[in-house]
Amino acid sequence: MRRSRALLLVVAAAAAALLPACSSGSPSTLQPRGPAAQRIDGLWWFMFWIALGVFAVVIGMLLFGLFRRRKSGESVARGGGERAVVLLGIVAPAIILTTLFVVSLRDLNALSAPAKSDAMTVSVIGHDWWWEVRYPQRHVVTANEIHIPTGTQVLLHLSTGDVIHSFWVPQLSEKTDMIPGKTNRMLLEADRPGIYRGQCAEFCGLEHARMSFLVIAEPPSQFQTWLAGESQPIGSVTGAAAQGKRVFLTSTCVSCHTIQGTNADATDGPDLTHFGSRRTIAANSVANTPGNLAAWIEDPQGIKPGALMPPAVVEPRQLQALVTFLEGLK
Amino acid sequence: MSSSFAATATTPPHARTRESGWWGMLLFIVTEATIFGILFATYFYLRFKNMPVWPPDGIKQPTLGLPLLMSAFLLTSSIPMHVAELGVKKGKQTWLKAGLALSFLLGAGFLVVMLGFEYPEKLKEFTAQTDVYGSLFFLITGLHGSHVFVGLVMNSWAQVKAARGRFDERHHLTMLNVAVYWHFVDVIWIFVFLTLYFSPRF
Amino acid sequence: MVAIAERLTSIWEETPGLASWLTTVDHKRIGKRYIATAFVFFVLAGLEAMAMRIQLARPGQAVFTPNAFNQLFTMHGVSMIFLFATPILSGFGNYFVPLMIGARDMAFPRLNAFGYWVFFFAGLFMSFSLVIGKAPTDGWFNYVPFALTHYSPGLNIDFYGLGIIFVGISSTTGAINFIVTIFKMRAPGMSINRMPLFVWAVLTTAFAIVFALPSLTVANVLLELDRKAGFHFYDVAHGGDPILWQHLFWIFGHPDVYIIVLPALGIVSTILPVFSRRPIVAYPYVVLGTVAIGIVGFGVWVHHMFATGLPQLGLSFFSAASMMVVIPSGIQMFAWVITIIKGRPVFTVPFLFIIGFIVTFLIGGLTGPMFAAVPFDQQITDSYFVVAHFHYVLFGGAVFPIFAALYYWLPKMTGRLTNERLGKLSFWLIFVGFQVTFFPMHIMGLLGMPRRIYTYQSGLGWDVWNMTSSIGSFVLAAGVLAFIIDYYLSLRRGLPAGDDPWAADTLEWAISSPPPAYNFESIPQVSSREPLWDQPDLPQQIRRGTAGPVLAEGHETVGTSVLDADSEDVLEMPGESPWPLTSAVGLLIIFCALLISHLLLAAAGLVVMSIGISGWLWDTGDVNSG
Ligand code: HEA
Ligand code: HEA
Ligand code: HEC
Ligand code: CUA
Ligand SMILES: [Cu+2]
Repeated sequence: MRRSRALLLVVAAAAAALLPACSSGSPSTLQPRGPAAQRIDGLWWFMFWIALGVFAVVIGMLLFGLFRRRKSGESVARGGGERAVVLLGIVAPAIILTTLFVVSLRDLNALSAPAKSDAMTVSVIGHDWWWEVRYPQRHVVTANEIHIPTGTQVLLHLSTGDVIHSFWVPQLSEKTDMIPGKTNRMLLEADRPGIYRGQCAEFCGLEHARMSFLVIAEPPSQFQTWLAGESQPIGSVTGAAAQGKRVFLTSTCVSCHTIQGTNADATDGPDLTHFGSRRTIAANSVANTPGNLAAWIEDPQGIKPGALMPPAVVEPRQLQALVTFLEGLK
Repeated sequence: MSSSFAATATTPPHARTRESGWWGMLLFIVTEATIFGILFATYFYLRFKNMPVWPPDGIKQPTLGLPLLMSAFLLTSSIPMHVAELGVKKGKQTWLKAGLALSFLLGAGFLVVMLGFEYPEKLKEFTAQTDVYGSLFFLITGLHGSHVFVGLVMNSWAQVKAARGRFDERHHLTMLNVAVYWHFVDVIWIFVFLTLYFSPRF
Repeated sequence: MVAIAERLTSIWEETPGLASWLTTVDHKRIGKRYIATAFVFFVLAGLEAMAMRIQLARPGQAVFTPNAFNQLFTMHGVSMIFLFATPILSGFGNYFVPLMIGARDMAFPRLNAFGYWVFFFAGLFMSFSLVIGKAPTDGWFNYVPFALTHYSPGLNIDFYGLGIIFVGISSTTGAINFIVTIFKMRAPGMSINRMPLFVWAVLTTAFAIVFALPSLTVANVLLELDRKAGFHFYDVAHGGDPILWQHLFWIFGHPDVYIIVLPALGIVSTILPVFSRRPIVAYPYVVLGTVAIGIVGFGVWVHHMFATGLPQLGLSFFSAASMMVVIPSGIQMFAWVITIIKGRPVFTVPFLFIIGFIVTFLIGGLTGPMFAAVPFDQQITDSYFVVAHFHYVLFGGAVFPIFAALYYWLPKMTGRLTNERLGKLSFWLIFVGFQVTFFPMHIMGLLGMPRRIYTYQSGLGWDVWNMTSSIGSFVLAAGVLAFIIDYYLSLRRGLPAGDDPWAADTLEWAISSPPPAYNFESIPQVSSREPLWDQPDLPQQIRRGTAGPVLAEGHETVGTSVLDADSEDVLEMPGESPWPLTSAVGLLIIFCALLISHLLLAAAGLVVMSIGISGWLWDTGDVNSG
């Protein structure tokens, strides 16, 4: 029995001590960086302490019951205990739960308040297994990276191109499903600049595990610069890049991808117009480096088994040119 | 539910109460009724999703003529079934046999109208594969129709047993169960009718 | 006295040999079969879990392909829920409900046999999918549209859709059987306010099954029509709706978690007082709690859908309901703890598992109302925090009591005792292994780890917790292995147990271990909630044939009234029969035929089934059927 007590202490201590401290670089809900996540973090700790309290009471009673000294002749009464059961099992929980309900309702109201008038709208569309991101005001389309200005509400329009996905950036706000036939709304806001990891949270098939993305929160001015850049089509290219462009436009790539400023305008895969400026490849599967890109184009399945992009049939020299071209699309 | 039979002797008296088999049939019917209930809820849920046009895709409002005829067959068929049940309880074998037979004919009439006239007419307009309305229509009416069919099989079974003289005033659980199942199929039809044929008008 | 036993034996004993193995209708043999079969599925599903834990031990591993991993977690969840937890508890119900209420069999013994065969075949049907590498891949709740043909071609999802309908037939027949048995066959004098709490739990569960299961069946019928026949229930393009599936599934799904936990709570309320050496406190409140969970559990299903973007008003309603459902659990929790305080606990192996249950279920229960707080759920749903919650309640709430029951009732079922030392070892390995495996999952979830991912990147703070969890799962598996060894040794050379090794209170301990085919020489007259504690000479009376009716003229037991259990009737019970198995084989053929869309074969199955049912009904006398 000692052991169980010791274990419980360890477990409780682990819970209390390790949770906030354990990691940087973690998409932790306990390191909130936006108003919604902050609110939920507060709610969590509120509930955590209640739960710990209830736990302590019940376990305390249990241990007392198990180990209390009993007089040798102590007789065991038949009935009894009903009052205690009513008080502890009905009255007390009813009070606690009503409180909890009211608090959570307050938070729910806050989270589902309508967007402020200066909110910016961004549409995010889930696909197997990547994210299409659209800034309708500026006709900007990108993928797997959502740039937002800090301290500004962003109204997300969430929908899907195929099955159900779920949009989740733990450090910024709650999650919302993307469901065929409807468009869900959600507010996203970051307090300070940073890169926040998001990931699909509804099982959506083979590469559900590698359907993540980055939210890049920047000061508003920097964000505007980025947005302006993104709304430009690609410029003219020379040398290897020009050869790469030719390869791109004459192989299968055009049947799935768009590059603004060329006649590649298919939408089965991510828009590649400014691919070179993105940090990762294939929904945050690997870092965006020339080596990784070549590997991706040659054999997407090697990096992301199941990804809906076929391997390219291009010669090594053409591949090099293609990589140069794509990495140049800043 | 308390009973007047006290447990005094080592062998309790035989008593006429609800048999286990009757309880079993009742619970089976409850399960089935829940299935239909959920299907009706599904119907209204999907209709609500597809507001304001229902039926969608230019499908016409269902007409009531044939379904009313079907209702006439099915609803009246409960009367001879009840007569049969009374008959067996009172030991009147002719009531029993005639009631079962008449009920069977009326039920079969329902199926004939449904499969011979109503379905062909609908199929000219839409199928289960046309859209969700068609899917709902054919699933719910088809499921009900198959219940009528099962009811008829049970009825035949009871007729065979009746013909072989296996029922008397005390031994007729099969007959009771066939009757209660048949009444159930009947009542469900009322809901099928109201949901599928009548409700789209509103 | 010997004469009575001999007469009853000659009436009730089934003919030995293989034939009777296939035709048996004895609730004890069927109950044991349920327990053994379900335990095999537990080990299989546990091994699937170990495979997942191996893959997830470190980031970026590729032991299994994504497809294989998806099959693993789906089959793990489906098997644990539908092939292990539900049927094993049904097995205990089968074996012990008739004994606890002083009956000689279930109300419908042949339906009982049929239910077992259907469960067995459905289990084979679903497990076969994994053998051929075509197991379902969409998780145990199988959301559409991923489950529709466009995204999931092949038979995988059909194994799920048809398998669930198939196994549901077994649960439904079982539920009906339990209700009628408990309504009609309690020993004279066992009015409902004297019913053992396990019997109350089984009764509530059975009603919950009757009302919840149809929703799952309908959901899967619609799914299979969409997949196999081109219907459009879930297809947005033709007016269907994917959220419909979620409603239909969870209208079943939430009651189902209580369907699993209620009988287990009933087991706790049975075993805990025995080893506290006193009756449970606040019996009426515990009954109320049991029934209330069963009812309120039907009003909370949307808490699984808080992130789907439903209107806020609806969310608040279901949030409130989900908080309310905590109260009946609280009642029971405090009734147990106070019973221990007021009693004199004896630390036997089953009691250790009960303590393990209290601790674990408490933790799991406490995270439940956290999800009921909508904003927190929207943040944490579909993360490993949820995986932690449901293993704490499922393993803690159901599996610990199941192990307690396996230890508690083994002496009754086999007449042999287990090894105390090995049992304690098994308990500690399972308890510690469990906490180490699943506690870290709370933390993983809070750190943003979604569930159902076959791999993850390192550097997100998840690595150490996953490794811990995987290590814990091996400790847990060692504990299960120790249990299996203990059981095996006990069966081979356990010490004789005697009729009542635990000095327990309920009727099953009044008869010999293992019980004779007819259960009770004479059906006792019950006059209290703890008959054996209040009438210590009851076992002798039963054996002497003086406790109540002997009914040695035929295959008979006593029928009583629903509320007061006044004796009303002598029920003629059917004996061995080949028809249940025949009918179940017919069903198996039908489901296999539907799987491969072979209508001719389906018709053949229908013929087999009709033969089975006809034979069955023809044999049935018209006074009583089963
Ligand atoms: C045995 C099964 C079981 C049990 C008993 C429970 C019990 C409860 N569950 Fe759980 N639940 C599951 C199995 C179970 N659950 C499963 C399998 C899932 C996930 C399905 C999936 O997604 O795959 C799930 C998911 C789940 C969700 C959805 C999470 C999500 O996916 O986002 C929610 C939300 O409300 C929830 C709530 C509750 C509540 C309120 C209880 C309550 O009944 C708990 C009540 C008990 C206690 C609280 C402890 C004792 C009480 C006291 C000591 C009194 C004092 C307490 C307080 C004042 C708090 N559960
Ligand atoms: C009663 C229900 C139950 C039980 C008991 C368990 C038990 C276990 N589960 Fe459970 N689990 C679920 C129900 C259950 N699970 C459900 C419903 C899901 C959701 C599925 C979904 O998402 O759809 C799930 C999901 C799930 C996941 C998440 C998968 C994911 O989201 O990707 C994980 C991950 O670790 C996991 C692990 C485990 C482990 C390690 C055990 C361990 O406790 C297992 C212990 C048992 C053993 C280890 C067997 C021991 C056997 C031996 C020692 C063999 C000896 C051999 C011979 C004698 C031949 N489970
Ligand atoms: C059949 C359609 C298809 C074809 C043909 C195709 N792709 Fe793709 N591509 C995709 C899809 C789908 C993705 C997203 C994969 C994922 O992340 O799961 C993708 C992703 C990419 C990405 C990563 C984008 C990002 O931001 O993460 C690059 C770069 C890319 N493709 C380049 C190419 C090139 C170059 C070719 C031709 C040689 C090509 N693709 C051919 C469908 C296609
Ligand atoms: Cu997209 Cu999971
Ligand atoms: Cu639930």
